[in-house]
Amino acid sequence: MSFLPYGVAAWLFMIGLYGLASSENLIGMVICLAVLQSSTYVLLLAIGYRSHASAPIFADIPPGSRAVDPVVQALTLTDVVVEATVVALLLALAVQAHKRFGTLDPARLNPLRG
Amino acid sequence: MCVFAGGALPLASLLVWGLSGLPAFGDFHGAYALLVDRIVVAQRHATDAVTAVNFDYRALDTLGEEFILFTSVAGLAVLLREQRGERLRAITRGAGEHHFQGASYALRALTLVLVGPVLVLSAYIDAHGAITPGGGFQGGVVGAAALLLVFLGGSYLAMRRLSPHALVEAAEAAGAGGYALVGLGGMVFAAAYFQNFLGLGTPATLISAGTIPLSSLAVGLEVSGAFVLLWAEFLDQALVVRGR
Amino acid sequence: MEALRAVLLVLLALGGLAVVLTREPLRQALVLGVYGLLLALLFFVLQAPDVALSQIVVSTVGLPVMILLALAKVRAHDHRKRRGEQ
Repeated sequence: MSFLPYGVAAWLFMIGLYGLASSENLIGMVICLAVLQSSTYVLLLAIGYRSHASAPIFADIPPGSRAVDPVVQALTLTDVVVEATVVALLLALAVQAHKRFGTLDPARLNPLRG
Repeated sequence: MCVFAGGALPLASLLVWGLSGLPAFGDFHGAYALLVDRIVVAQRHATDAVTAVNFDYRALDTLGEEFILFTSVAGLAVLLREQRGERLRAITRGAGEHHFQGASYALRALTLVLVGPVLVLSAYIDAHGAITPGGGFQGGVVGAAALLLVFLGGSYLAMRRLSPHALVEAAEAAGAGGYALVGLGGMVFAAAYFQNFLGLGTPATLISAGTIPLSSLAVGLEVSGAFVLLWAEFLDQALVVRGR
Repeated sequence: MEALRAVLLVLLALGGLAVVLTREPLRQALVLGVYGLLLALLFFVLQAPDVALSQIVVSTVGLPVMILLALAKVRAHDHRKRRGEQ
């Protein structure tokens, strides 16, 4: 039971990989990559969790009371925003590839010609 | 697919084996995090430990993340630049309205009423980063969403008028540069890059925690500019750029 | 709280599966939006309000908007090419 968060993170990672490998559309691949990224967020936050602890905001609870890990939260929150821009970059690549090759199917993109 | 299964099954078993070696869920022992929780209010006068970690204890890491954001937006702008042989459709008043003719009056009224409060909310989240959940990244995306509301409720033309390209790019660069400058200020005034050099103030008030609100505002500016630029580039591609 | 967390985790696993198994990118983008909202709920339950704040906006507004705009561009391009070839 206590393995469930880690199990879900591993599961999300594996099906994200599966979606990436079996996708027939470049934009679908980018969406599966987003699922892959979300598995790392779940893993990070699950590692930092403490039972019966509250959020690490000490505005109304006395400092020193039981709180979850703020360091992994800091990592995850910058990650969420930055990965969104990386996904945008990949989408721009997909749009330009479509203009160039006329198709979004990764199997039909022509290899580079020298 | 057999190749994938052949590679995925060992990877999955390795993952599960590795993850089962972690301490049980809820049983966290990290010394650094527990220490930060105990001393953050006393040392930095900031009640939000996560923002304090982001902008003070680990500010250098946030600088790196911020520049990743800046670089990927720059890469996107380069990728979606005008190619040879592409024409730009003229955006006149009529053409601007034309593309969202499905917007009913209810949608327009709702979104236009929401733009002001969302902007204020974004500034609030930015400024209160050190006190309550919030900070530059969160406030920044909320601010960018306000401009997207203008596009949804009004027209593409209105959104472009409110966020001209040059201004948005300048805002984003100012945010990124501003954050690096705050770090330099730490180096100049306190002998360590990103050292908190302003007075710390009383915790849980607006002007507290030294440089954290400044960093927060700089990052908020940059993230807003970045997202507006991203959406504007994609909107340009979809509505304005015409192929050969 | 424990039950809520377990339910959310299971829903998340199913949601991820749904995102991957939806083949058409347009529908996938919308399922991704719902998945992102579920993820934000999980972050709240794991006592991480800061992360949940950024996740809500990014994943329900930011990502689907960009995906839909990219799809619109691709379709417009296809449409124009097909019209040009006729």
